[in-house]
Amino acid sequence: MTATAAAPEVDSAGEPGTAALQVEDLRFRWPGASTDILDVPELHVACGETLFVRGPSGCGKSTLLSLLAGVLVAGQGRVAALGQSWSAQSSARRDRFRADHLGYIFQQFNLLPYLSVLDNVRLPCRFSARRAARAGAGSAESLLARAGLPEPLWRRAAGELSIGQQQRVAAARALIGGPEVVIADEPTSALDEDLREAFMDLLLGECAQTGSALVFVSHDARLAARFARQVDLPAINRARA
Amino acid sequence: MKALFTLAVRSAWNRRFALALVVASIALSTLLLVGIERIRQDVRENFSQAVSGTDLVVGARTGPVQLLLYAVFRIGNATNTMRWTSAQALAQHRAVAWMVPIALGDSHRGFAVMGTSPDYFAHFRHGQREPLRLAQGRAFEGLYEAVIGSQVAQRLGYRTGQRIVLSHGDGAFAANDHADKPFTIVGVLSPTGTPVDRTLHIDLRSLQAIHLDWVAGAPLPGQSLTADEAAQRDLTPRTLTAVLLGLKNRAAVFSVQREVANFRDEPLLAILPGVALDELWDVVALGERGLLAMSALVAVVSLAGLVAVIVAGLNERRRELAILRAVGAGPRQVLALLALEGGMVTLLGVLLGLAIGALALAMLGGWAQARYGIAFGLGPPSAAEWQWLGAVLGGGWMASLLPGWRAYRLSLADGLSPRI
Repeated sequence: MTATAAAPEVDSAGEPGTAALQVEDLRFRWPGASTDILDVPELHVACGETLFVRGPSGCGKSTLLSLLAGVLVAGQGRVAALGQSWSAQSSARRDRFRADHLGYIFQQFNLLPYLSVLDNVRLPCRFSARRAARAGAGSAESLLARAGLPEPLWRRAAGELSIGQQQRVAAARALIGGPEVVIADEPTSALDEDLREAFMDLLLGECAQTGSALVFVSHDARLAARFARQVDLPAINRARA
Repeated sequence: MKALFTLAVRSAWNRRFALALVVASIALSTLLLVGIERIRQDVRENFSQAVSGTDLVVGARTGPVQLLLYAVFRIGNATNTMRWTSAQALAQHRAVAWMVPIALGDSHRGFAVMGTSPDYFAHFRHGQREPLRLAQGRAFEGLYEAVIGSQVAQRLGYRTGQRIVLSHGDGAFAANDHADKPFTIVGVLSPTGTPVDRTLHIDLRSLQAIHLDWVAGAPLPGQSLTADEAAQRDLTPRTLTAVLLGLKNRAAVFSVQREVANFRDEPLLAILPGVALDELWDVVALGERGLLAMSALVAVVSLAGLVAVIVAGLNERRRELAILRAVGAGPRQVLALLALEGGMVTLLGVLLGLAIGALALAMLGGWAQARYGIAFGLGPPSAAEWQWLGAVLGGGWMASLLPGWRAYRLSLADGLSPRI
């Protein structure tokens, strides 16, 4: 009998030295598809690092992000968050891990229209006791204040906000409780230039403050300079080379 | 779980218009199912209360159910009469303890008029062998005196001492009024919850008196008698509708029944009220089952509506499901969310249906009692009603698993990027 190493405890994740996100020999194809959409030999995001992933539409960006967030599981290769391989965990465990350690920002329509702005920001705390405990009382309010949303808006239904305001609320939701990893899927594509700059200031500033690693996908190369590292997805994806 | 529940409530509230329609249709089917079950039970209860302590009902030969319906429930008309002499012969029978004659046919403003003898008040029993009680006045003694049921008094506002005029037959022709021989109300009976409440009782001799100058359903021209003149004549009745028999010993009931069937002078039929009632239920049960089947179908249709509304809304909610997935909800929680929603909608519908049912009973109960003489109880649901409620609830919850399953599949396939 060989003693197999037990999977490390969830809460030991995020120790110095472990990667925030790690991809090794990843291959993925959608069910029914004849070719792989992703074939990524290596991608590494250190804790606290900000990574800009550039790629045109249809190059598998959203699929890669779903794999990184553990919503999809790779058929081949290893995708790990905070040292934990997603495929080694049960589906319920993946969901809990994501709730505990990940923030996610969509391109648009980030908010549940029937919840208030504050309730949208607090949404991850409903699914994760850890996030709720780390956030503590008043953090949703202070995040919204730093995001520049005036207090009268906080109790309004999220659907009444403008797109720019909604994306800032989405950022606040992704950041509440200081998750180790924040993933953003073209969050600025619907914003004009002024709003885009304000949004980037908020997102990068908050990630720096909480020490969250940020993976930011966009086809807008103008934003790349603000990140510590840039990656061109078609360059690291051999699937269509 | 609590997080899911509040989310389910808020999300459902966001789509309240479509869901309210589903709640209403489930409420309607609950109302139908429970209402029909309640009416069925209460009608049976009321019918079985109508006569007790009577061992045999005897009338001219006809169907047992028909005899029971017209003799006891005043529903329909007798096709044949029986002779007074036959009734007397039965009363003389060694096994018979008492005999109450019944002669029907006349009416007063829609209520049946029943000719009988004072023995009726002594021997007739209803419910749990309860005798008739007078709320006002006394039983009739002389000619042209009437004792009225409680509903008659209430609906027409009658008190003792008032004078009324009877109509020949169902009173369809005003010309047929027995206006020349008015009656005096001498007594009002306490409510019984039986057809007695809707009946005016007069002595057989009074009935004979008002028909002395009639032949074949019409007054004889030029032969009319005044009330006083009629009183001087021989008022022995000639025909009856039926008689109620009480036996000295219940064990003799079948042999007496057989003897009545073999009665020499005219063809007669004797029925045991309980047995005839069971036969009636056998006939009615067919219709009842049909009604229940219809309501069950309505329930199925409204549950199908529930599924359709939730499934139709799912496509618009794929974004919502992706957001929930992103913040850590699993596919199973998505399924639970949908099942919770279906459960809540069904529960609300069932509760609303029960509330409407209770309201309808409270508002229409008095009307039904007055119009049809059926008392509906407002009590808690019976075992059978609980079964229907459980079936609707369980069915609604099961039905909501269907959209739940679809949402589960969608959220697995979509991941974080719904392809809308």
